[in-house]
Amino acid sequence: MTLTLKDQLDLTAIRKQFHVLDQSVNGNPLIYFDNAATTQKPLAVISEISRYYTEDNANIHRGIHTLAERATAAYENTRKSIAQFINANESEEIIFTKGTTDSINLVAHSLGGSLLKPGDEVLISCMEHHSNIVPWQLICEKTKAVLKIIPINDQGELIFEEFLNLLSDRTKIVSMVHISNTLGTINPVKEVIAAAHKWGAKVLIDGAQATPHNKIDVKSLNCDFYAFSGHKMYGPTGVGVLYGKRSLLEAIPPYQGGGEMIKEVSFTQTTYNEIPFKFEAGTPNIAGVTGLNKAIEFVQSIGLDQISHHENKLLLRATTQLSEIEGFQPMGTASEKASVISFNVEGVHPFDLGVLLDAKGIAIRTGHHCTQPLMDRFIVEGTARASFAIYNTFEEVDQFVSVLSSLIKKLR
Amino acid sequence: MSIKVRQEEIIEEFGLLDGDLEMSINYLIELGDQLAPFPVNNKIDDFIVKGCQSKVWLFAQEEDQRVIFHADSNTVVTKGLVSLLVRVLSGHRAEEILNEDIYFPDKIGMGRFIGSQRSNGFSAMIKQMKLYALAINIKDKK
Ligand SMILES: Cc1ncc(COP(=O)(O)O)c(C=O)c1O
Repeated sequence: MTLTLKDQLDLTAIRKQFHVLDQSVNGNPLIYFDNAATTQKPLAVISEISRYYTEDNANIHRGIHTLAERATAAYENTRKSIAQFINANESEEIIFTKGTTDSINLVAHSLGGSLLKPGDEVLISCMEHHSNIVPWQLICEKTKAVLKIIPINDQGELIFEEFLNLLSDRTKIVSMVHISNTLGTINPVKEVIAAAHKWGAKVLIDGAQATPHNKIDVKSLNCDFYAFSGHKMYGPTGVGVLYGKRSLLEAIPPYQGGGEMIKEVSFTQTTYNEIPFKFEAGTPNIAGVTGLNKAIEFVQSIGLDQISHHENKLLLRATTQLSEIEGFQPMGTASEKASVISFNVEGVHPFDLGVLLDAKGIAIRTGHHCTQPLMDRFIVEGTARASFAIYNTFEEVDQFVSVLSSLIKKLR
Repeated sequence: MSIKVRQEEIIEEFGLLDGDLEMSINYLIELGDQLAPFPVNNKIDDFIVKGCQSKVWLFAQEEDQRVIFHADSNTVVTKGLVSLLVRVLSGHRAEEILNEDIYFPDKIGMGRFIGSQRSNGFSAMIKQMKLYALAINIKDKK
């Protein structure tokens, strides 16, 4: 199949679906460049949540009445869409969670807790989000396993040979970010997974930043687990996904106990439900899940190829223009990179840039971006970060760079 | 000039800016620029007040029974913020500093233009200044 990518997307039509973008902030048209933190939501997602509560609201799975059936169908249909979206074998391998953080905690607790023995090793990279560090620290502390860190080079790329050297028969779990939220680096996760599997290690991929930009195929990646958040891909907050291979999900113990996740409960013995329900204790975020289905439809209606094509053009334009600013110090210059630019400007604190850009209606993020060990690696306190989404325009990039340049002149 | 009068002065100055965020921040930066140079020898971790993203150095000295504050920051916006506090509190007796209510931040809509996280940092600065005053006050009474 050959794909022809339109050079000119109908951005006007796309932006029409995001009313939030159409506003003034501090007297200037809003430019939203904080998409790696969370994306805005299209109308279809917002109206689905409202429609769900207006027409279908009921608790799912156990009810026999019509509303319960409709709510269950809406919820379970999303599971099917997600299975297709990431090319899972079956929808039972899709578990709904609160988000990436929740998904990783589930795996650390249930897989880590049952697998890790004293002296075993868990490998993560130096560019992980705190969400993919702290759950492993917790479980390693509990099981006396050892957490090892795969180093990165000055471009912000994984040093693959070092990773291979760290692998051994002690390695039980490798957990790695697919796309770094701070550097934009796209990690060679397929190769990582294959190498880890040679040693019999299980692999979790943190896909929080990957699902909004790249087509994910969990079968071809052959990952054991894949975690992501709805809110970073145009969906609602409070809903996320954990993909896991059936055999593993069946083998590991449940994470939380409660309603939904049981087959039978007595005070002497409780049996657990089948997957995926075994991992979905309590009433889930039904409205959020149905909203997520619309987010997936939105992404698919444009196409992930089209989305990454557009975002890469924004990235290239921004990078080229920013590089002309004297003292511009980008952090993360990997050859494989998604639409995130982290930078410092000599003599100017990123915090000041963030505050002054906000006064001009431009939303970026400043600080450590929940990747403090990465800041230590580059010996910086923090960075300013602009991150792009499908609705951003070239004009916005130009305006951002021009405002930024004049602020820097003023601040120096 | 009393602590109260200095606060009123600041409220009036910011009132002239009519709530314009950009002008307020620019004014803040200008005020920070005018802060007396911070003694280099004192730029040590002991004098850091933990903020959210920026560092503030703060220490106090007693001169003629007055508390003199010195402050600096690695960001110009925060430096402007702390300069307001120095302007209000520096040069007063420890007891006055302890007893006076700091009300100007609310009156100039500080929360709105510095955000809630930075307001926390700002409260930490006020607390630290009052602690310095308290220490000096106790020492004086001995
Ligand atoms: C790479 C990465 N991992 C994990 C997370 C955590 O996602 P959430 O807060 O949605 O659980 C984020 C969000 O910032 C992220 O960018």
